[in-house]
Amino acid sequence: MSEKITSIDELNTLREKYHEAVKKEDVRILVCAGTGCQASGSLKVWEKMSELAKDTNITVEFATHVKHPHVHKSGCLGFCEQGPLVRIEPLGVLYTKVHPEDCEEIFDVTVKRGEIVNRLLYKNKITGEECYNQDEIPFYKGQTRVVLKTCGTIDPESIDEAISAGEYQALAKALFTMTPDEVIKTVLDSKLRGRGGGGFIAGKKWQQVAGQPEKIRYVVCNGDEGDPGAFMDCSIMEGDPHRMIEGMIIAAYAVGAQEGYIYVRAEYPLAVKRLTLAIQQATERGLLGDNILGSGFSFKLNINRGAGAFVCGEGSALTASIEGKRGMPRVKPPRTVEQGLFAKPTVLNNVETYANVPQIILDGAEWYRSIGTENSPGTKTFALTGAVRNTGLVEVPFGITPRKIIFDIGGGIRDDRKFKAVQIGGPSGGCLTEAQLDEPLDFDSVKKLGVIVGSGGLVVMDENTCMVEVARFFMEFTHRESCGKCVPCREGTLRMLEILERIVAGNGRMEDIDELRSLADLIINTALCGLGKSAPLPVVSTLNSFMDEYIEHIQNKKCPAHVCQKLKQYTIDPEKCRSCSKCARGCPVQAIDGKPKVPYVIDQAKCIKCGACMSACPFKAINVA
Amino acid sequence: MLEQSFYTKADEIMNKYPAQERSLIPIIHEVQETYNYVPLELLPYIAKHIGITETKAYSVASFYERFSFEPKGKYIIRVCDGTACHVRQSLPVLERLRSELGLSDKKHTTDDMLFTVETVSCLGACSLAPALMVNDHVHPAMTPDKATSLIKDLREEAAKS
Repeated sequence: MSEKITSIDELNTLREKYHEAVKKEDVRILVCAGTGCQASGSLKVWEKMSELAKDTNITVEFATHVKHPHVHKSGCLGFCEQGPLVRIEPLGVLYTKVHPEDCEEIFDVTVKRGEIVNRLLYKNKITGEECYNQDEIPFYKGQTRVVLKTCGTIDPESIDEAISAGEYQALAKALFTMTPDEVIKTVLDSKLRGRGGGGFIAGKKWQQVAGQPEKIRYVVCNGDEGDPGAFMDCSIMEGDPHRMIEGMIIAAYAVGAQEGYIYVRAEYPLAVKRLTLAIQQATERGLLGDNILGSGFSFKLNINRGAGAFVCGEGSALTASIEGKRGMPRVKPPRTVEQGLFAKPTVLNNVETYANVPQIILDGAEWYRSIGTENSPGTKTFALTGAVRNTGLVEVPFGITPRKIIFDIGGGIRDDRKFKAVQIGGPSGGCLTEAQLDEPLDFDSVKKLGVIVGSGGLVVMDENTCMVEVARFFMEFTHRESCGKCVPCREGTLRMLEILERIVAGNGRMEDIDELRSLADLIINTALCGLGKSAPLPVVSTLNSFMDEYIEHIQNKKCPAHVCQKLKQYTIDPEKCRSCSKCARGCPVQAIDGKPKVPYVIDQAKCIKCGACMSACPFKAINVA
Repeated sequence: MLEQSFYTKADEIMNKYPAQERSLIPIIHEVQETYNYVPLELLPYIAKHIGITETKAYSVASFYERFSFEPKGKYIIRVCDGTACHVRQSLPVLERLRSELGLSDKKHTTDDMLFTVETVSCLGACSLAPALMVNDHVHPAMTPDKATSLIKDLREEAAKS
């Protein structure tokens, strides 16, 4: 067990010591070990690299002194599309799509000789230029990294590295030079807004909890990132767990809480593992537990795993789940700040919100407000996915335009297809169209466009995406995840889903549009919780921007993007058909008929659009439209 | 009635947690990790230990999607149908897995108890969509053909062990 740090001086000495140790690591090899790169096989790369470093036991003459290579696993570097990623310090070179076979070459060329393996560099898709380090890659150029500052540069499984990178300095500053009220004032002045979706001013929550007469208080972190298409919080928990934990301890000091809980999705096993380790290490070092850093302040932190319920992202459902109950929202007031977890005053923020706190304490509210826009200061992390070239994790200042994110950072649409929409805010959000791409992206501006920033999923859609089918997809999701407590959400989402299923199957009626709108109004106005209230938004947003697609489905029974299976029309090209009868034999409903030497024909009335004929035809004679 | 070993194991798990309502979900998690499912007969036993009613324990265990009262296969394949995976064609992958294994949206587990196929809302691997997870391991950029060879590989792996 490591020794406890019992004073601010000891923390500083230790930081110096680790910092020196890291500086002495002449060659530092960082292999990205985020979920994305691990899935692409980065752990094998890490093993191979470690083996090479150990086996050769090399001490390489380089420039003026001897070098020892050190291999580390790092947090998510963000550019998941190009993984597994390997970064080599101090050269700063970033290699993409590295496989175990490449490791020996990297060792010989880069580690030993300090030269570059050109074929592993990222190539700019437009200019064809090779990018030597991270800063030259367009994907990173437009980003501002505050929350993700150390994510990807340190080993998330080592508290020593976190300390050497300056983490827990903000905690020491808060504990020894600031009163709890001063901490709250700083966070309030910074105008930090909750990153979970609502955008509520974080400092206000803290102030309200601190002002409660009840003295037992809790600090809870919402890591139940349930929005499909979002993985920002996952990357923070996996890549830099100490930053978020430090933010939570600072919050606890500010509001006088004694105990805290982190609620993480069970679908994120790596995040659970790294957080558990981080809490254990911080406790051993005296940064959590009794008498933190000898300040007299004590705080205990626990982890709770979710169990696959989207609704637990809602505050009162989340606290109910920690208490061992069904995760169902309750009527408010009383609000979470008054009666939250175990009916005690509770600060509930999400992962990214807490991860912003340490830098605000260190650099001050004014510095923080210098980034982003006036009412949405700071940065936001986004998970950029879908039909975009560079998918991955990005962090940008508020106020940036969606166009910049998608086209500059994201590199535009895959396969040079045409942009159609970008879905923001997950199942509680909506779509932004081409015409809205130059609007600033911040809490208040996007609200005017009828969508929300949400937790930060950006799913890019191209001309091959059917917007009615997307609306149906989200409605199916919210209906399945509805907890069933209130009727508007439980029954309303089912009725909306039935209508949408009818439309994508070609059985829609024009009255369905009005019916969808009226159901949406009803749910928005009467559902019990925030998730229910926002469930119809993806439908409303597509109705507003893509009415022509709805009409096309309803009146002409056509899906313009050729996605909806039931609206497809299969035909046989008489020129290509050789009358082999394979299609007819493969058809499950005997809809195909023909004679030898005469092209076969599909009876459209019988056809169930299953596509079996298409896979059966050896001459590619079946067309689909 | 379950074999005695189930109750002994449950005791072992329950002793790690305080005998309180809030321990219910962590205990069920561990039971499921041990057996790949939650044996229904254990719920009254757990409920009694932590001082809640049987019905309450059942209402909680049945609420959460992740808990299953049905035994699951050795390999639990969770196909992601999050937004990013959905727009990058996750459904053909799911369909291929089901047709390879003779499963459907009603029948999730193969008779030999080797495979369970289910969908999941999001795995957080959106940038490598479409993705699926076999037990705790994420497989990126899936295609129907890759799904077929994955099944083949897992079958071979199972035959070896």
